[in-house]
Amino acid sequence: MKIFSDILFTLSARSIRLNMLRSILSALGITIGVIAISAMGMLGANMTSVVSAQMSSMANTMTVTAYTGGSSGGWSPPGMGGGSNDDSYITDKQYDDIYQIASRYGTVYPYYSESDTIYTKNDQKGRATIYGLDKEDMQTVLTVANGTLPRSENDVVVGTTLAGRQDLEVGSRFKIGDEDEQQIKVRVSGILAETGLSSSLRTDNAIVMTDDLYTSFYGGEGKYDQVTILLDNVNDSAVVKNALTSKLNKREDVISVSDSSSMASRVTESISTMVTFMQAIAAISLLVAAVSIFNVMMMSVTERISEIGILRSIGTQKDEVMRMFVYEALIIGLIGSTAGVILSFIAGYIVVALLIGSTAYFFGWNSMMYLPIGMVIGVSICIVTGLYPAWRAANMDPVEALRAE
Amino acid sequence: MTSPIVEVRSITKVYSLPSGDVVALDNLSLTIEEGEFVAIMGPSGSGKSTLMNQLGCLDVPTKGRLLIAGTDVRTLNDHDLTQLRLNTLGYIFQRYNLIPLLTAYENVEYPYILKHRKQDDTGHVRDLLESVGITRKMARHRPAELSGGQQQRVAIARALVNNPRILICDEPTGNLDTKTGNQIMDMLSDLNKKGNTIIMVTHNPETAKYADRTVIIRDGRIAV
Ligand SMILES: Nc1ncnc2c1ncn2[C@@H]1O[C@H](COP(=O)(O)OP(=O)(O)OP(=O)(O)O)[C@@H](O)[C@H]1O
Ligand SMILES: [Mg+2]
Repeated sequence: MKIFSDILFTLSARSIRLNMLRSILSALGITIGVIAISAMGMLGANMTSVVSAQMSSMANTMTVTAYTGGSSGGWSPPGMGGGSNDDSYITDKQYDDIYQIASRYGTVYPYYSESDTIYTKNDQKGRATIYGLDKEDMQTVLTVANGTLPRSENDVVVGTTLAGRQDLEVGSRFKIGDEDEQQIKVRVSGILAETGLSSSLRTDNAIVMTDDLYTSFYGGEGKYDQVTILLDNVNDSAVVKNALTSKLNKREDVISVSDSSSMASRVTESISTMVTFMQAIAAISLLVAAVSIFNVMMMSVTERISEIGILRSIGTQKDEVMRMFVYEALIIGLIGSTAGVILSFIAGYIVVALLIGSTAYFFGWNSMMYLPIGMVIGVSICIVTGLYPAWRAANMDPVEALRAE
Repeated sequence: MTSPIVEVRSITKVYSLPSGDVVALDNLSLTIEEGEFVAIMGPSGSGKSTLMNQLGCLDVPTKGRLLIAGTDVRTLNDHDLTQLRLNTLGYIFQRYNLIPLLTAYENVEYPYILKHRKQDDTGHVRDLLESVGITRKMARHRPAELSGGQQQRVAIARALVNNPRILICDEPTGNLDTKTGNQIMDMLSDLNKKGNTIIMVTHNPETAKYADRTVIIRDGRIAV
């Protein structure tokens, strides 16, 4: 049986070799499709791994915001202008309750936040998130890289990215607020250390001032945008969340509590949505490849009509003819997909290195599994598209086929 | 008396075309005994090839009974017809009809592999090729690299590889010059002497002389 298959396989292989160029071209289509699918998959997997690793480093952060209806646990990452909605805030009274419950488990601090226009040296315009924080909390939460925390009334500290962009140094003075509205003049007392993603308060692009300065300018004293809880022990998060909601949301929902695990799952989810989208685009390239394989197979069948007639006339069964053409599609698929897998490995590594900047997770199974997946998809597509032409060949009338020139 | 190897009982073959039905075989009857060498002649379009296709089980008649080695081919499905073609029948066509992708040797071995499900390790294929005058060197060539006469010799070897009981030859010398044609005919004649039943279509009365009997067909019927 095995050697018997060989003669049909030999015919398929020789037919491919005879039509080398077009076979290679259609295999190339599959190669590109497989690269697209696998590389996208690997990119997504690596992105997810890197982000979740970063997330877990801030797993001890919980946030409490005013309940806004709709999505419960709506966690807006700190430093992303979250809480700028003026209608929803945590009141002083609620903060006291939160503090009472959560302070046993870690550090609790409220803050105000706003997004505003700033004018720096030579009236250079910019935009930044402004945080208002209690002086004592500043000492716990912030790390100053250069200079000091605010000491006099109009002192602020700025994030390192913002400082770099707006040319701010310790001692620089600049204005906050729109030109045609009220403005406030402040002095930079310190530049903050870089926080990256893994911080409860992302200040790289922000200005942090004392709560006194903040409320004197923006008003809204005792109306906090968010309360952050830094747990001493990550495992307490469920306990704290329960205690908070059962106390404050007893009658109606007034606060939303979320821990960063729910944020992590959101981020992972949005990454996977994005990757699915990219893979859908990659799938289109595979579809194009499938059409080209189909075309090549139909050409092969048409060109070999009289050969099919000969094969059938001297005793080749229908299913054997069918198999011969499926083999042909299979060989093209195997060649194209193998090349695709090898190139995906290389392209994936480069893309991950360039776009994510870390190949730490590249060789993990979550990322590597897209190679066999790409292979299987590539080969299956070839076989599936080869089926109809093969069926056509097998069901040709032997006499008609023999008459063909 | 043994039953005839081929028994054609008033078969009709109708081709349905958009322009109307074409009756290629019209109520034709014919009996061929085992070991006979029958030549079939007739004008172009008279239905000779159509008859050969029925006898060769490449096609089934629209009406009538056709018994090949005792079996009514109209009762067989495609699979069984194909098996019959593989095991009982051998074909020699005017256009040689070798598989272009295979070497001469592989062409002859192909039906052997289909039947025995393994390659030939008995030397049978090589011997057959030698007996039709194809050297080992030539056997390694693809059909396109052989002359018409050489291709037809390979085709004869291929037709014989599974020891068929009936050889179906549709104008086997039609594409060959007289000298080469005669060599091929001598070969067929030898095979017939060894007991093979041969049914051959020809346009050439000289070629028909090799046969025991000549059947003339006109308009899909036997002309007396
Ligand atoms: N597949 C087909 N479809 C339609 N008509 C066909 C088909 N095959 C044969 N015919 C018709 O049947 C008739 C007999 O054809 P056939 O090929 O048997 O003639 P022939 O005797 O072999 O002729 P030649 O000597 O030229 O080979 C012709 O009229 C032909 O047009
Ligand atoms: Mg003919």
